[in-house]
Amino acid sequence: MSRNQLLPRDPSPPPEGPVDDSGCPILHVDMDAFFASVELLDRPELRGTPVIVGAAGARGVVLSATYEARRFGVHSAMPMTRARRVCPQATVIPPSHGKYAEVSRGVMEIFKAITPEVEPIASDEAFLDVGGARRRLGSPAAIARMIRAQVAEQYGITCSVGVASTKFVAKLASRQCKPDGLLVVPAGEVVQFLHPLPVAALWGVGERTEQALVRLGIRTVGDLAQVPVTTLRRELGAVGAHLAALAWGRDERRVVPHAPDKSIGNEETFPHDVDDPETIRRELLRLSERVAARLRAAGHVGRTVSVKLRRSDFTTITRSRTLREATDVAKEIYDTSCELYEAAGLERVRLRLVGVRVENLGPAAAATRQLGLGERETGWREAEQAMDRAARRFGPDAVKPASLVRRPFGPIGP
Amino acid sequence: MMFRIDRDVLAEAVAWTARSLPARPSVPVLAGMRLEVTEDQRLKLSGFDYEVSAEVTLDLQTGEAGVVLVSGKLLAEITRALPAQPVELVVDGAKAVVTCGSARFTLLTMPVEDYPSLPAMPPAAGRVGSDVFASAVGQVAVAAGKDDTLPMLTGVRMEIDGDTVTLAATDRYRLAVRELKWQPEQPGFQAVAMIPGRTLADTAKALGGSGAEVEIALSSAGGTGEGMIGFSSSGRRTTTRLLDPEFPKYRSLLPTEFSARADLSTGSFVEAVKRVALVAERNTPVRLAFRGGEVVLEAGSGDEAQAVEALPVDFDGDEINIAFNHQFLLEGLGAIDSDIARLQFTTPTKPAILTAGKPVDEGANEDYRYLIMPIRLSS
Repeated sequence: MSRNQLLPRDPSPPPEGPVDDSGCPILHVDMDAFFASVELLDRPELRGTPVIVGAAGARGVVLSATYEARRFGVHSAMPMTRARRVCPQATVIPPSHGKYAEVSRGVMEIFKAITPEVEPIASDEAFLDVGGARRRLGSPAAIARMIRAQVAEQYGITCSVGVASTKFVAKLASRQCKPDGLLVVPAGEVVQFLHPLPVAALWGVGERTEQALVRLGIRTVGDLAQVPVTTLRRELGAVGAHLAALAWGRDERRVVPHAPDKSIGNEETFPHDVDDPETIRRELLRLSERVAARLRAAGHVGRTVSVKLRRSDFTTITRSRTLREATDVAKEIYDTSCELYEAAGLERVRLRLVGVRVENLGPAAAATRQLGLGERETGWREAEQAMDRAARRFGPDAVKPASLVRRPFGPIGP
Repeated sequence: MMFRIDRDVLAEAVAWTARSLPARPSVPVLAGMRLEVTEDQRLKLSGFDYEVSAEVTLDLQTGEAGVVLVSGKLLAEITRALPAQPVELVVDGAKAVVTCGSARFTLLTMPVEDYPSLPAMPPAAGRVGSDVFASAVGQVAVAAGKDDTLPMLTGVRMEIDGDTVTLAATDRYRLAVRELKWQPEQPGFQAVAMIPGRTLADTAKALGGSGAEVEIALSSAGGTGEGMIGFSSSGRRTTTRLLDPEFPKYRSLLPTEFSARADLSTGSFVEAVKRVALVAERNTPVRLAFRGGEVVLEAGSGDEAQAVEALPVDFDGDEINIAFNHQFLLEGLGAIDSDIARLQFTTPTKPAILTAGKPVDEGANEDYRYLIMPIRLSS
């Protein structure tokens, strides 16, 4: 079950009447069923029917679903096969990410026209601090209404906005008022708002933490608030103190515009589980090429390479290594990935998914390179930059490693 | 078997032999140290891990022939802690009893028949003063790679051509080369050997300081990696298995023409590099800007802490901005063994050479070159 279904839903959303939003400069804006809503713009005849966006194959997962489909229990990250079983009448649309990125950029532009204090956290959600825009544009609730109107008018899709004094309460509020809603949690009513919620609603409470809390008899945020901080710290470590603060609505996190990328990664689920090391290495190469190209496009270099390997029974291991120097070169990322894969001792083990990620990012402009003895002055990096240029002119598959070229007419030779 | 010996003599010999014992022995018996009293009243202590062997021979006043194998690490700890009085070791069945003054230790013995026999010393190839050898090896081994996944770069290459020995090591980012004279057994003797760097450095250091000569023994000269090298000096001998002799063709990498030369006081240069490097993380550069009579050292970047310091320099040539890994630079400065450091450059992306600045007094090692690859700064 998806975690965002844990929230009790208020059957009648509060009216957008005059509420006290004076201490509530933080907005959390979340598009409703984003990918599905964008698809409906091209397929208006499907409005009001269950629609699922996601790859239709046996290994596909639900990326987004309309509220009509959600009523059947479909939710994002659900395996497609299960989604079809619970909602056979749904129309399944394969994702077209370019389209979503375009709408996402447009929506973010609307936010940035309101305040520069915009922190995008996904393609379909962002935090805004409108504290500085009040004089110009009105109260936070008025600004929220304006955003909802502009998004609907310019892109024909709906969004929900939570208005609160802190980021995490704003996020809870937007979730509570979905879809197509607006909820202000006045600064003075945060505790009443929070305490009835299940602990899982809090940011940072994952499955493990939730289990630990339930073992202690803590089920709601209100329960949590009554537990002494020292007990929480003893049971949960540093997270405990953090949760105690959240339970009383205290959240020091500020809206950070342009939160820098912390890592860049790609992963791939195989159509069938794979145990052939050659095939897995080839996939690591493909992912490394993609990650390196993304790093270069973003002007980043990273020092830590990590590899994710998921066995057919879904147990997953992640191995990482920090390099001598930060890189954006696919060859280096690939070589490290292969070493990590070999060192993981999973050769000949059936894998369902592999992923490559580069962490510890910094600006490429400040990167330095220790030259090696007898090394040519131009190397892989220059070769890959040339690939980038070719890709910009001739398309993403213009140049790639020979082992990744698919033979157009089947295997050559016997 | 039994022997009686002076505590200091024993402790030193045991410590020297224990150096070569493996920390995590592949077979338990390799953790042992073999002690043998020969008929001619000598005590032989030996250790072996199939790669490196070490043996010390001591003269005895009192001893009964026999052989025993005990835990080397424990014996080393015990002898180090004993009071300064004669030590007696007596084997009694499966136990070895060590007595010194009023202290008495009973050690379990290990099955000596399971202990591998030490490799025979290869034929002698030549001799060199132990102090010269120790300092030359120290100068070169600093540039050897520490990464055991690249074994080819962890070795020190020894090239012998008549009365000249050339030692070289590189970890890809720097290269140290030292030439020295020795006395070969046969004039015109030629050989090449790749010696594990860490072992060679330890051995040379352990044999140095006595002022005696080191005899170098080599099997399968120019061999195929199965060769062995032995070193012996005043009753101590050690052998080491050689590495695959593959090594970069380094001579062509040593630049011969330069566009600039800088002579600096080694001491103040080291101090200044250490100071500015306080703000540089590991593997990040110290930037050097050479202008006329001054070099400006800088480290750190715009959004972090920064440091800058200027030093006088005797500079001749085109102005240059060049950056180095500070650790590599410091290790090179520590190895040149001279009050004046000379840096020679061509361009900011070409290797620079660090040598002793001026021929100092007798025995100065202008035969030492430390090549260091720069760090390229983006744009």
